[in-house]
Amino acid sequence: MIRIGVLALQGAVREHISSLEACGVEAVAIKRKEELNEVDGLILPGGESTAMRRLIDKYDFMDALKDFARVGKPMFGTCAGLILLAKELEGYREPHIGVMDIKVERNSFGRQVDSFEADLAIKDVADSFPAVFIRAPHIVEAGENVEILSKHNDRIVAAREGQFLGCSFHPELTDNHGLTAYFVEMVKEAKATNLV
Amino acid sequence: MITGTDLVKRGMAEMQKGGVIMDVVNAEQAKIAEEAGAVAVMALERVPSDIRAAGGVARMADPRIVEAVMGAVTIPVMAKGRIGHIVEARILEAMGVDYIDESEVLTPADEEYHLNKREYTVPFVCGCRDLGEAARRIGEGASMLRTKGEPGTGNIVEAVRHIRKVNAQVRKVVAMNEDELMTEAKLLGAPYEILLEIKRLGKLPVVNFAAGGVATPADAALMMQLGADGVFVGSGIFKSENPAKFARAIVEATTHFQDYKLIAELSKDLGTPMKGIEISSLAPEARMQDRGW
Repeated sequence: MIRIGVLALQGAVREHISSLEACGVEAVAIKRKEELNEVDGLILPGGESTAMRRLIDKYDFMDALKDFARVGKPMFGTCAGLILLAKELEGYREPHIGVMDIKVERNSFGRQVDSFEADLAIKDVADSFPAVFIRAPHIVEAGENVEILSKHNDRIVAAREGQFLGCSFHPELTDNHGLTAYFVEMVKEAKATNLV
Repeated sequence: MITGTDLVKRGMAEMQKGGVIMDVVNAEQAKIAEEAGAVAVMALERVPSDIRAAGGVARMADPRIVEAVMGAVTIPVMAKGRIGHIVEARILEAMGVDYIDESEVLTPADEEYHLNKREYTVPFVCGCRDLGEAARRIGEGASMLRTKGEPGTGNIVEAVRHIRKVNAQVRKVVAMNEDELMTEAKLLGAPYEILLEIKRLGKLPVVNFAAGGVATPADAALMMQLGADGVFVGSGIFKSENPAKFARAIVEATTHFQDYKLIAELSKDLGTPMKGIEISSLAPEARMQDRGW
């Protein structure tokens, strides 16, 4: 049985936990860095990236998150979580966790009145996936080892680089657990590989 | 691709959960709030305690203030319009404000009808004192709720009353048989369909924040413990002695609302919080929570 954590400093934590449980795995809300040792994979949820960053720094989470990535455990960032994962942020000098080889622009679709729903084709997940974009970021540039999973109007909105998965939208807000299930498979594979 | 759907409007509030939304009156305060870890700011001309002190008619803020705040921060910006004031709401929507608070803190423009919030692309947050009021606002299209509390008093007692009441009534609806719900809808003055949705979900269909009297980190943690999804802090922060420190402490107490040692630590040396008002000393016409229905 694998256990997957959801960083629970702020944001849509409950929805990710329900989605993981719907995929048949144990889900844990992570509020303290020590709790990261107890999980095989981690979801960085949607929320406000600036607020999460402030709490990450305050509770000394940053090194623990970088270590989590270093040992090869899978991480999945949605919206604000994608911003936390990116190695480069448009208009900012420093990234947050900075582990996924992508450049991300914040609020790149506009303000809340421009937030939207769209059906997306996501490689290896679905031909038509209901995606909810809320003041969403997008991936401006992706490194050579990054696999682009989905685009919306020519903008990259979902991608994978090895152990890292990221998307601009909020799979946790709908009943379609396809993308969560894809991440659960990543975690199972990573755990099986480490056991061998 | 469609904008302004329930999922998009309610989803925006879901992303604010576990966070603190702070009242600000200028760009400088907005930056302090963002730096402290606020998930959004509410742009106002005056904070509620000053509105109380000033008296007269309180209206939507000068668009220049809202604009300045929107230009100063990257987190969402909310703004207040008067209850039932269609044009103030449309102006704020046209300016690109991320969320509108149809608020009893301002003087109501309409004493009979709230806004038909379903017609707007921008989402709305509304105040409530009980489930009937909460369900009526959801019925009109509110995408987020907050307790009314008693704004600008620094006294948490009314917010506690409101969150307890709403949550107790939600529990009752969830536990009821479906064939009892129509009578409950009649008694509460609530739309039947919304009660059905609450029963099906086992909770309110939109997030419910605490507001109206949060003055200390312990107040914020109390509201979280009583089941609030997050906290609005109005006059509490910028009426305190050291706003930046106070704001950070409220954010941390909201995240770690059950870590009492931590809340003890971050409550130290905060300086004087805002001076509170005893609710019973308020004249009936000074009670903001009784505005709207």
